[in-house]
Parts: sequence; structure tokens; C-alpha cells
Amino acid sequence: MKKRVYLDYSATTPLKQEVLDAMLPHFNASFGNPSSIYTYGRESKNAIDNARDIIAKSINAKSDEIFFTGGGSESDNWAIKGIAYGNKHKGKHIITSKIEHHAVLHTCEYLEKEGFEVTYLKVDEYGLVNLQELKEAIRSDTILISIMFANNEIGTIQPIKEIAEIANSKQVYFHTDAVQAFGNIKIDVKELGIDLMSISAHKIYGPKGTGALYIKKGVKLHQLIHGGAQEKKRRAGTENVPGIVGFAKAAELAHENFDEHIKHLTSLRDKLIAGLKEKIEYIHLNGHPTKRLPGNVNFSIEFIEGESLLLSLDMVGIACSSGSACTSGSLDPSHVLMSIGLTHELAHGSLRLTIGDFTTEEDIEYVINQLPPIVEKLRQMSPLYEKVKGGN
Amino acid sequence: MYSDKVMEHFMNPRNVGEIENPDAVGQVGNPKCGDIMKMYLRIENDVITDVKFKTFGCGSAIATSSMATEMIKGKTVQEALNLSNKAVAEALDGLPPVKMHCSVLAEQAVKSAIYDYAKKNNKQYEGLEGFDPNEEHDHHHHGDEE
Repeated sequence: MKKRVYLDYSATTPLKQEVLDAMLPHFNASFGNPSSIYTYGRESKNAIDNARDIIAKSINAKSDEIFFTGGGSESDNWAIKGIAYGNKHKGKHIITSKIEHHAVLHTCEYLEKEGFEVTYLKVDEYGLVNLQELKEAIRSDTILISIMFANNEIGTIQPIKEIAEIANSKQVYFHTDAVQAFGNIKIDVKELGIDLMSISAHKIYGPKGTGALYIKKGVKLHQLIHGGAQEKKRRAGTENVPGIVGFAKAAELAHENFDEHIKHLTSLRDKLIAGLKEKIEYIHLNGHPTKRLPGNVNFSIEFIEGESLLLSLDMVGIACSSGSACTSGSLDPSHVLMSIGLTHELAHGSLRLTIGDFTTEEDIEYVINQLPPIVEKLRQMSPLYEKVKGGN
Repeated sequence: MYSDKVMEHFMNPRNVGEIENPDAVGQVGNPKCGDIMKMYLRIENDVITDVKFKTFGCGSAIATSSMATEMIKGKTVQEALNLSNKAVAEALDGLPPVKMHCSVLAEQAVKSAIYDYAKKNNKQYEGLEGFDPNEEHDHHHHGDEE
């Protein structure tokens, strides 16, 4: 088999063996419905309780503040719609940012149609929200601020503690989408002052289709999924026991070797950034140089388009992603890249390489060697490049 | 998502480059939509004897440019004008629906170059009436994505 290098860990991660091992018994041997009172059921119930304790501990929450969901998007939807409908007697105004995940943005757009009002904060060239603008955006009827912990495309980490302080001082609920941050940044919800937080399993070497919403004790929100009495009557549906067990195992592993994991990712990230900058002309790092996820590299490569770059990289076994319109199935380039002020050309020419626990030094060297000739080949084909090279 | 033929033309595009002192040049598309195609023609006795292209765009934009140049090389100007985007897409064993606009762009690039030739040489061709190379071509078919 030809060499394959996976550098799209922000899209999803492979399940770790220990996670799979922890999950397997819950598919057959220990298959009981957690709501059943006999032994089969109690075994499953215990497995969920144990998982809840582990997830809670990993973010310094209490176990009864963790609610399992069907993933990050559900958590975002629940937090935002739940707060909106649960607090509409207090107000109808929500504040978020222009660079949120679509699970947040499209939920907010939906709520606008339902009569809520939403302020979308702009961000600076690094993707950071401005705290002064946030303060000024808060109105007497503001009920929720939802700002992501770290951005999935450009990796920028927001000043979460400061944002939470502002929200708390105005008695406005604060939700953060920490799907990318969880497992990559140490999170202490008490110390940071977070009211609601979305997390997901498959970004941290756990299974797809499992997530959680942290809901601080006392926070009032409506239910999203109605039905049975699961999750303390707040999220109906028979629990995804293998998924939940796998999620907890993944969280446990992530927090066991946390510092090592961060060191490994950061060093590979910086090596990749430096290597590509040195070998390729006319490239720009998107996002913040230091306030960024340890595994995130995002470059705009001038004069070429992202999808043709991805296809070419795929031919040499490298898997990564782009903010180009042509890769999204929509007609516009990434809203995140446009929000940090990139031109259309630069947004179309973006390349995101995200590093994870299974990435090696050799993988990084492979990319540093493979990418420059591909870029050069595509540039030789580009009518935008000839103008630059024309003067030589 | 792409046919083998699209991938083959993308990886080994035919007729990439420029022609020095070309008889005609056409450029279509814009960076906003993410595709720009530039086509150079050498025309002798109303026959396209050489053609080169440069494209900024996705895999299918490059593949359709490559295929279009192959399909018009050696043809008369009038034959080249009759090239349809559907013919280019079919020759590539089809394109995904969201990428059909790339074949439209390839057709427009050929037309745009021939328009340049016709203007320079005071010639009239069937199929060029009403063609405006500077027009913002709405080659993106706004479809079912939300």
C-alpha cells in the first residue's frame, strides 16, 4: 500500500484501541437498557454513571452537570435553542460571533426566524473577538452569549475567561462550543466561569455520534429531545452506552498524558509551519501565531485553489482539508476565512492540516517534501501566477 | 466523486501554458467564484493549429480546460464555436452536478478567445452574436444547497 498520511484530525480522529476495547462488551455481553431494573440494565446504568464521573472530572464539573447527547451539533443546538426558549420571558437577544461552527450559526439563524435577535460579533485578522465590542453588544434583553472556545478552521483560541466574566457580570448565560478545544486545551469550567459547554467524542479518539453538554447547576433551559426519562428527564432516548463508555475512555486517555500530548502536537505543528514557510513562497499562516490549537496549521497559498491542492495531495496519500468553496459543496469560501479579512483568492487557496496523536515526525517531513512541487505545478498552470512571475 | 477521466486530465493536463504572440486570448471567470480560465489560440487559415490554457480553479476546472483544448485543436474556428459545455462534460465521462459550471466556463473561455480573434480580424461567426466576454457569467447554477 502506498504511503498514507492523515492530517485532518480536526475533521475526525481514529478510535484508539483502548477506547474500542472499552466499548466492545457494551455491544453484546453487557447490552441491557440502562432504564431496566434487572442486572443487565443496572450494569449499563453503572457504566454510564462511571462515564459521567470521568467526563465531569476532566473539566472539573460535577457529575450531575454532564448530559450525554448525540454529538457536538446536538449539544450546540440544545444549548442555544434551550436557553432561548427557556428564557424568552427575560429577553430575545443572543450574541455570538461570525466564525462559529455552522451548528451554532445556523441555529442562531433559525432562531432569528422565530423572532429572536442575534448579534454576530466580528473578529480581528487573527480571528479573535473584541471584548469591548462584546460589552457594548450586551443589551438589557440579552439572554445568551455563545462564543466558541477554539476555532475548527484556523485554530484561534478565544479569551474564554474574560468573555465569561463579562457575561457573568451582566447575568447573561455563557455557552461555549469546545468541540475542538476539549482534549487539546485544559478546561476547568468552574475556574473559567462557563455556564454551558458542548463537547464531542470523535475529535478525541472516541466514537462518532456521541457528545455531551455541560450544564452548570441552576441553568434553566428547555429540552430539545422529548420522550423518556433518561438524562434526568432532560434528554430523552435510550442511551448510546457503547458510545458513552468510549467517550469517557477517550477523555480519560486524553487527560492522562495531557502535557505530553500538547508538547507532541505543538512541536510537530511548529515544525510543519516553519518547514512550509521556508520552502514555499507566497504563503500566509491563517489564525493566531500562538493563541492557536496545538495541532492546527492553516495556510493560504497564493495563486492556487484549494480543491485542486487537496486532490493532488490525495494522490500522494496526504489527507487534509481546505476552506475553498469547491470543497464545501457551497458556492462561497469559508465564512471563517472571509471574516478574518482574506480576499476570495486567499480563502479559496487555503489548506488546513491538523495534527494528532498518531502523527509522526516522518509524516511532517513527508508533507514538507511533497507539498512544494505540487504547489509549483499548480502555480505553473495558474493565470494568476504569471503576473507575479512575469517581471522576472 | 470525479470520474477516472477527470482525474486523469487533472493530473496530466494537456496543453498547459501560453502561446507567444497568440492570435487570440480569452479569459473568463473571477476569483470570487474561485475559477479563472485563460485560453490562448494560434489560428491559421481559420483553423486552430495550437491552443494553450492556464487555469486557477478546482480539479474539474483544470480537467475541463484540458479537455476543451483537446477538443478544439485542429478544428476550424466555427467548429470550435459549436463546442458545448455538455460535450466537454460528456467527453470527461460526466461531472458532478455542482461542477457542471466548470464545463460552462470552459465553453465560455473558448468563445471568449474566438471573440478576441473575430474582433481583431473583423470577422463574423455564427454563435458569437450577443456574446460579451466581459459579462459576469452566471455559470454557477444555484442549486439545492440550502
